[in-house]
Amino acid sequence: MDLFEYQARDLFEKHGVPVLAAAIATTPDQAEAAAMKIGGKVVVKAQVKVGGRGKAGGVKLAENAADAREKASAILGMDIKGHEVRTVMIAAAAPIESEYYLAILLDRSNRTFLVMASVSGGMDIEEVAHTAPEKLAKIPVSAVDGISATKAKEIVAAANFPADVADQVAEVLLKLWEVFQSEDATLVEVNPLVKTKDGKVIALDGKITLDDNAEFRQPDHAELVDHAAANALEAAAKEKNLNYVKLEGEVGIIGNGAGLVMSTLDVVAYAGKKHGGVRPANFLDIGGGASAQIMADGLSIILGDSDVKSVFVNVFGGITACDAVATGIVQALELLGDKATKPIVVRLDGNNVVEGRAILAKAAHPLIEQVDTMDGAANRAAELAAK
Amino acid sequence: MAIFLNENSVVIVQGMTGSEGTKHTRRMLTSGTKIVGGVTPGKGGQVIDIDGHQLPVFNTVAEAMSATGANTSVVFVPPKFAKAAVIDAVDAAMPLVVVITEGIPVHDSASFYAYSLSKGTTRIIGPNCPGLISPGKSNVGIIPADITGSGPIGLVSKSGTLTYQMMYELRDIGFSTAVGIGGDPVIGTTHIDCLRAFQDDPETTAIVMIGEIGGDAEERAAAFIAEYVTKPVVGYVAGFTAPEGKTMGHAGAIVSGSSGTAQGKKDALEAAGVKVGQTPSETAQLLRNILGR
Repeated sequence: MDLFEYQARDLFEKHGVPVLAAAIATTPDQAEAAAMKIGGKVVVKAQVKVGGRGKAGGVKLAENAADAREKASAILGMDIKGHEVRTVMIAAAAPIESEYYLAILLDRSNRTFLVMASVSGGMDIEEVAHTAPEKLAKIPVSAVDGISATKAKEIVAAANFPADVADQVAEVLLKLWEVFQSEDATLVEVNPLVKTKDGKVIALDGKITLDDNAEFRQPDHAELVDHAAANALEAAAKEKNLNYVKLEGEVGIIGNGAGLVMSTLDVVAYAGKKHGGVRPANFLDIGGGASAQIMADGLSIILGDSDVKSVFVNVFGGITACDAVATGIVQALELLGDKATKPIVVRLDGNNVVEGRAILAKAAHPLIEQVDTMDGAANRAAELAAK
Repeated sequence: MAIFLNENSVVIVQGMTGSEGTKHTRRMLTSGTKIVGGVTPGKGGQVIDIDGHQLPVFNTVAEAMSATGANTSVVFVPPKFAKAAVIDAVDAAMPLVVVITEGIPVHDSASFYAYSLSKGTTRIIGPNCPGLISPGKSNVGIIPADITGSGPIGLVSKSGTLTYQMMYELRDIGFSTAVGIGGDPVIGTTHIDCLRAFQDDPETTAIVMIGEIGGDAEERAAAFIAEYVTKPVVGYVAGFTAPEGKTMGHAGAIVSGSSGTAQGKKDALEAAGVKVGQTPSETAQLLRNILGR
């Protein structure tokens, strides 16, 4: 889960990373009140989980509280790269002397953690990595040893931070490691980390990504979920513990196993090229144990998507045999009754496939059509969606 | 021959007394795997009867190894306890540890992987994987044993069901070993490790490599193939239609910005001379063409 800037700022503050006074606002009134409380010049910043908001006009300096109200009024409701601004953060303005970059992240390629640091902060760091890689220090961090005070000093030296801020940056790095580790983050990024005119090092903007797999030991993270942005179908699926992602398309997809479902989406998209460009409508992995109830839950989510014109159920019987899956489909349609209205193409293969296909043939449900191969079934589902 | 797993593999099950552990111990026994016991901290001394097999339970992997001579462990413990279980196995210098558990926090897997590297005596497969099977010899994990028998194809895949699908497509030819390496961001054994082992395995004559979106493991594997692998390799990559920034089922299956895309992986593999199929069936056909079967 990616956090909003203000949520990252709050986690920084919780762990002792130096940040500026700030508050969030969802209305111009709140923005004015927040600016009044902070006092002096403030920055009004759109809270969206996408880069480039500054260029899009989503970050503005305000001279005073009345100005903050006007700036917030202009920014709230803006569309930044498809993200609607529903919240702004009002933060104290700081006189900046230098900008740096500091991040701790999971380095998948090397299967370890990594610190990235640069004294050329404030810009697009991917750009720096490409055009001037020598300006970006990359220092591996062992997942066993972490960042100690000694390691922090080594990193600061390797990244060539100036002597006057070295101790402060090392201290920030230690605190960021605490955020990274104790919050189960996969990314903790400060861009920019600044030195103010009075020589203080402060995290001015931050980005944090949290590991969803750690939910069981991070009960506080539930509060950070942005429910307003969640798609209604995705929210309903999550409530039923289904692994569902809404996409833009017409063919509803149900399958077992993440890899097979991803593959099913691709095969449907290829087949769709011959049928007016229809596309898969969703990702839905019902996992290994495809019981009738799970199948019914999955079908009801997909049939609740008004974009869906046909459904493709693609199951390879592994641990769960095809006859159990077929029985699940038949029972699911009984559970759904009149709510099931779209044609359903079923492809079963693998364990007990003969029995499974026989069960569906015997049920002879008017909505179900069986096709024996994955490619053939994808083509048929696309054809039905194109009609 | 086969890779990593063969008729001499002697297996213990960490988490055997849990419901998933018991269920899959039964399936593995049925498929002929030599299972000699289990490990559940606090339940040492018990004996579990599974289909007439009397399986002793130990408190630690070290105890289990010295009592049974096990050389392979398969982990079915819940995410919360997985790190401790793997570290227990690494401390005992268990040669092969197969971690089936899905949903382990990546800080835990990064930590036990780093720990295993520092000890240098354990190969970890997974986590979040279906395990591996050397048909007719041994089956460790949750791969169905009855899809196909032994043969000359080596298979390495991030995905469980695509492993099954590909084994099914090529069931008339058979497999030396099929390895599900898992779909998490940090895994113990990579495509490259498997490609190297298949290249060195005299029983394997051709290799199928299945990848998916996320990370750069497939790109690295492509570079490795160009440099080291002389046996024919065909590839398949899932996730061309996945949108940027959305996790597709597997914790590691995510396109971030312009990196980790299916197209990038396909291009890298093709540049290394690997034929890449557009669908699983087409991929199987590419392999048939190479083998002339």
